[in-house]
Amino acid sequence: MAEGVKPRVKAPSSAAAGEAVVLKTLISHQMESGQRKNADGTAIPRSIINRFTCEFNGKSVIDVKMEPAISTNPYFEFEAVIPEAGDLKFTWYDDDGSVYEDVKSVTIA
Amino acid sequence: MKFKAMTAVAALLLSVPAMTLADPDEDSLVINGEIESVTETAAPAHLSDVLDTIYSGWRFREDETQQLQMDDFDNPGMIFADLGLDQWNKVEGEAGKSCASCHGDVEESMKGVRAVYPKWNEAAQEVRTLAMQINDCRETNMKAEPYKYTSNQMTNMEALISVQSRGMPVDVAIDGPVQATWEAGKEIYYTRYGQLELSCANCHEDNYGNMIRADHLSQGQINGFPTYRLKNAKLNQTHDRFRGCIRDTRGHTFDAGSPEFVALELYVASRGNGLSVEGPSVRN
Repeated sequence: MAEGVKPRVKAPSSAAAGEAVVLKTLISHQMESGQRKNADGTAIPRSIINRFTCEFNGKSVIDVKMEPAISTNPYFEFEAVIPEAGDLKFTWYDDDGSVYEDVKSVTIA
Repeated sequence: MKFKAMTAVAALLLSVPAMTLADPDEDSLVINGEIESVTETAAPAHLSDVLDTIYSGWRFREDETQQLQMDDFDNPGMIFADLGLDQWNKVEGEAGKSCASCHGDVEESMKGVRAVYPKWNEAAQEVRTLAMQINDCRETNMKAEPYKYTSNQMTNMEALISVQSRGMPVDVAIDGPVQATWEAGKEIYYTRYGQLELSCANCHEDNYGNMIRADHLSQGQINGFPTYRLKNAKLNQTHDRFRGCIRDTRGHTFDAGSPEFVALELYVASRGNGLSVEGPSVRN
């Protein structure tokens, strides 16, 4: 597992039925591109988050394939329509096989 | 006649952008919609000869940069404060202690701490910056290796401690046992350094609000440190910033953690007495 990885999510705890809410996510990750070389001239192996997904009650909201050119600490902001109360599940997939998850529950106001 | 009129028109045109960029803007800083920050207030008494009003550096930045600081989720500096919390709870050193072993919950124990540093330490008979105090704690109480003065670990810890004082006014003592150090800091502030022969005051007192090439000069307040700078995408320590400033005068700089910079930090902090603690702030 890469060091210092910490997912953070900002989501409202309640919403009106059918309302589009703004979701903000950020994961601290070094996003090593694989293109850089260290002092000896050997390539530093690639280590990035390669996929990010968000699901609401098991239904896909967003599914992002990520590439090496993405900067450190990738940040995503997007909207989701909340039809009913339920759980937003956020998942990040690391190159080394680690999977980071966060879940936020949303109630209907 | 015609030439004069043209010059007048040109002068007028040139003066317009300068007028709009001079002085801080009128925005007000509320963090997370709840922490109201003082970014403009009457200058402390010891500055009455030179300044009427003091402004946080936040007021001199672009709207986009300002917004980053208004929400903890958007503030990249908060990532480092989070890392600082991990360090806070981590047991290190021969004594088998973490910061939390003695100080408990950081939100309780460190409230207001950042606002009064640098301050006098009676036992050690010296002026201590926050970084010096952190390292003393590590060495004396935890029996652990001290952090390097401007290391990431140090700025993380400073950020964590600063967050607990956000919104509280900077209130650094300048009299009593610290007075000699404060005077020394003032001396440094008004001393011209480097080939360009610039003192801190030349930019941050005489010319704040003006442009220095592409940069909008602030008053050089340090209430927002440690500061996340967009230019290097990391938290910057006060002494690193001092070093950068003196380097830009093409001078040899003092070292981070040196007695000169400790004195300067005390003096500059006292120039911001009354502004809110903002650290970790966001600047460009």
